[in-house]
Amino acid sequence: MKIARLQKFLCLSLAATLAAITGCSGAGSSTSTGGSSSGGGSTSSGSNVAAISVNTGPTAGPPLNSPYVDGAFTSVTLCAPGSTTNCQTIGGILVDTGSPGLRILSSALTISLPQQTASNGGPVVECLPFVDGITWGPVQTADMTIAGEQAKSLPIQVIGSSTFSNIPSSCTSLGSPEDDISDLGANGILGVGNLVQDCGPACTVSGPANPGLYYACPAAGCEVTVESLSNQVVNPIVLFPTDNNGVIIELPSVTGAETSISGSMIFGIGTQTNNGLGNATVYTIDPSSGNFTTVFDNVTYQDAAFLDTGSNAIYFLDSNTTGMPTCSDATFWYCPTTTQNFSATNQGTNGASGPITFSVANADTLLASETIGVANGLGGPDAGTFDWGLPFFFGRTVYTAIEGQNTPAGTGPYWAY
Amino acid sequence: MNSRILRGLFALLLLPFPVLASLGGDVTTVQADQAKMQGSLRTSSNNSYTLHEIQSSTGVAVREYVSTSGKVFAVTWQGPFHPDLRQLLGTYFDQFEQAEQAQRTQRRGHGPVLIQQAGLVVQISGHMRAFVGKAYVPQMLPAGFHAEDIR
Repeated sequence: MKIARLQKFLCLSLAATLAAITGCSGAGSSTSTGGSSSGGGSTSSGSNVAAISVNTGPTAGPPLNSPYVDGAFTSVTLCAPGSTTNCQTIGGILVDTGSPGLRILSSALTISLPQQTASNGGPVVECLPFVDGITWGPVQTADMTIAGEQAKSLPIQVIGSSTFSNIPSSCTSLGSPEDDISDLGANGILGVGNLVQDCGPACTVSGPANPGLYYACPAAGCEVTVESLSNQVVNPIVLFPTDNNGVIIELPSVTGAETSISGSMIFGIGTQTNNGLGNATVYTIDPSSGNFTTVFDNVTYQDAAFLDTGSNAIYFLDSNTTGMPTCSDATFWYCPTTTQNFSATNQGTNGASGPITFSVANADTLLASETIGVANGLGGPDAGTFDWGLPFFFGRTVYTAIEGQNTPAGTGPYWAY
Repeated sequence: MNSRILRGLFALLLLPFPVLASLGGDVTTVQADQAKMQGSLRTSSNNSYTLHEIQSSTGVAVREYVSTSGKVFAVTWQGPFHPDLRQLLGTYFDQFEQAEQAQRTQRRGHGPVLIQQAGLVVQISGHMRAFVGKAYVPQMLPAGFHAEDIR
């Protein structure tokens, strides 16, 4: 079978640390394996459960030798729409609750997928601004399978396609391109956040109100085009027939630094016996900003805080406020002499409120070894937001409810933990 | 009538002809930002700087801090998308772009942008459809003005 052959190829060509998450040892299995952390295995099983692993990622080995830290990786299977044979399983996909939509590096894609076409006949190419750069590439359509879930005819972005190598300057004006595995640190990004579309209504209008994320690129050159909501790159979860209202990220607790840990990504909230809210507290978020509120040291950061598996540390405040210096060799991380313990309070727009304790350790010490893929206590400064990155998720079960989707605790968007 | 009010009135008089510039640029020579963003403008001033606020047509709020000598020494933005950073950062854009790329490799992952160089500070954070950013040139800050005052 072609899938099995491709999977085997991928497994052989990826680093050994990645093997566990590409499903190499048990192709087709949808159950997650036990956690390896001292925090105990809290992994789940079921047709709505995908295995995730926090590890050094697909760039760890030669030739890049550039290990990722605090990234949660999974694998997805893509097929040409309607096909069961023209398929490929791709591992090393970064799970991101800070964005919606599936983006795959062109270099990781071996099957051919149909190209979306604009009303003027030109191929649709997207310029998507992330916080630390942009991704540029054509919008194509695939059937995506993860665990026992399938999103059919899913618009995805293929990043770094050689067919569209000329990036318009209006796109690079939004940030530097992340168009290869070295920049991305992953074979792709699986955006499973609170949003349904990556752009939303703004991209459906023409004129100056359009932010210019979607382009039509006929041979004559690229021009910004309007893009309907249904054509935009969309959170794959909303296209699942069931379990389509959100996602749960479950990771074991971590002490200090480790090579890797295993966890689960469970689809749906309150749709199965394994994804109920239990005693989790629901924190609704401001639908326009996608943020809630964090109170730290008696200062309220109103609608300026968010949970994001796609950020690889807890990024908050600055050296003046926290009393921690940044590292001499990395101004984006804190390097306190001894580990600092902090407390904060998160508040939802629904009035829910709960305390959080967290610690920040010396990043240089945590990351002394290149084999470290997991680091609790990794923290850094941030300009104006409270970015609860992946370390927040360690030892927690965190629910992300999608905007407009019904759940037993009401309509999304919200977070619960 | 004190000088602060006079200055404020002067700024108001300029409203039909908004004068905005890129970081490090000259306020009297560039009017491109507001035109490019097709937004509305509000201007206020105090003894050490004039603040131009543009609400862009895509919902991004941009602020430009202009010194009494007419130079843009800081810019901030907040909104669902990034502003045109090539326009806003002007001659500093290439330096920003290179530093952003270098930081990505060094960070071993994704996160906010925190560029802290001797001649340029750029900070960008947030997530999809909710970004905030600021950029300034430390040497250009007016006397008595602190980087924390840039909001």
